[in-house]
Amino acid sequence: MKSGTTFAACAALIRRDLTLIWRRRGDALNPILFALIVVALFPLALGPEPENLRRIAAGVVFVAILLAGLLALDTLFRGDYEDGSLEQLVLSPHPLSLLLACKIAVHWLTTALPLIAVAPLLGELLHQSEAVRWVLPTALLLATPLLSLIGAVCVALTVGMQRSGMLLALLVLPLYVPVLIFGAGACNAAQIGLPYAAPLLWLGAALVLALVLAPLACAAALRISLS
Amino acid sequence: MPTNELHERPALLEARGLAFARNDEPIFGPLDFALHAGEVVLIEGDNGTGKSTLLRVLSGLLEPTSGEIRLNGEPLTLARLSPQVALLSHQTGLKVELTALENLRFAAGLGGQRAGMSPPTALAGVGLDGYADVPVRQLSAGQKKRVALARVLLAPVGLWLLDEPYANLDLDGIHLVNRLLEQHASRGGAALITSHGAYAYTSGTPRRIPLKADRP
Repeated sequence: MKSGTTFAACAALIRRDLTLIWRRRGDALNPILFALIVVALFPLALGPEPENLRRIAAGVVFVAILLAGLLALDTLFRGDYEDGSLEQLVLSPHPLSLLLACKIAVHWLTTALPLIAVAPLLGELLHQSEAVRWVLPTALLLATPLLSLIGAVCVALTVGMQRSGMLLALLVLPLYVPVLIFGAGACNAAQIGLPYAAPLLWLGAALVLALVLAPLACAAALRISLS
Repeated sequence: MPTNELHERPALLEARGLAFARNDEPIFGPLDFALHAGEVVLIEGDNGTGKSTLLRVLSGLLEPTSGEIRLNGEPLTLARLSPQVALLSHQTGLKVELTALENLRFAAGLGGQRAGMSPPTALAGVGLDGYADVPVRQLSAGQKKRVALARVLLAPVGLWLLDEPYANLDLDGIHLVNRLLEQHASRGGAALITSHGAYAYTSGTPRRIPLKADRP
């Protein structure tokens, strides 16, 4: 009898999740379309003056991507919970936190990374200033994994409930506030010519902390949800 | 004497004073039993007597309210789930978008595979050769159950916890489950299966653990 290595288990999980996403690749576009529509709502509501829009561009794109990520969050464990494969994951002989970290990583790669890729386009729609062209994607690269990790803990807590959508948002959004403040803060500082390294470094520090702690918290929360 | 030797070895699974309550409402127990290698034990009880809950407690998914569980003589804790147990629950744990073979390959990657067994041979072992590349979505309920049984068959574990393994299966499938259980017992494994009585493990006279609802 051989029970495979932890590495093999993580590889199998990543391969399975990527295959599943590939089979449902139509859904992958939804967060992008959502962010695009949210961003398009602002010129409609505030008027098309480029000066107005330029001032709020980075913040709006940041919030739109944050909300798109929030909507995609529910799919992280929902399917696995409903068909029982989450149970099998918990029962596997490998560290649950490591397996969940793999799941979160795949989820981030397939939902957040495409959003970051279209962020410059979303910014252009709002006449973003030259100064935030690189700061915004950088801030998003640091902030979105943080959002995924924090969100995963909350999803793990609520996955056992039937209609948890609104509750999840109420739980997650307050926790997203500091990330938004530092991320959008870096963009705003860059826009008015102030140094913006400090908020980005804060995001990086928080990301390192979350990378270590969030999978552990996520594993504990899932065990509670399954019982 | 061989019988003495058998009992000197710690039981594969042992429960002492095992009880579980949800929100102060007792679900089952206290129960005392031991399961030795080569045994198939049937948990009998009507709907709602806590058969599935008992299996979830024994697998380590739920923490018992009182009492303790020992696997090979060592206490089972939630923090360190034993790689000795395979659980088949009502939810099959299969991804319907993936094919039967892909599901089993994932299970093998996650939990390892029994020596001399591979995803294709496990699938053949439950009578599903020829269905390897069919998405699970297109399989019938009974065939899905067979794929889930193939996952249990593939897992390199000694103890099977099967919740209603006969549900959704045709007569042929019921015989198949009995045959798999006999093979598993003869190679030194053990199994706990639940049944609400309609179908049961019929080879020999399996030991039975009755669960009764003691709620008014």
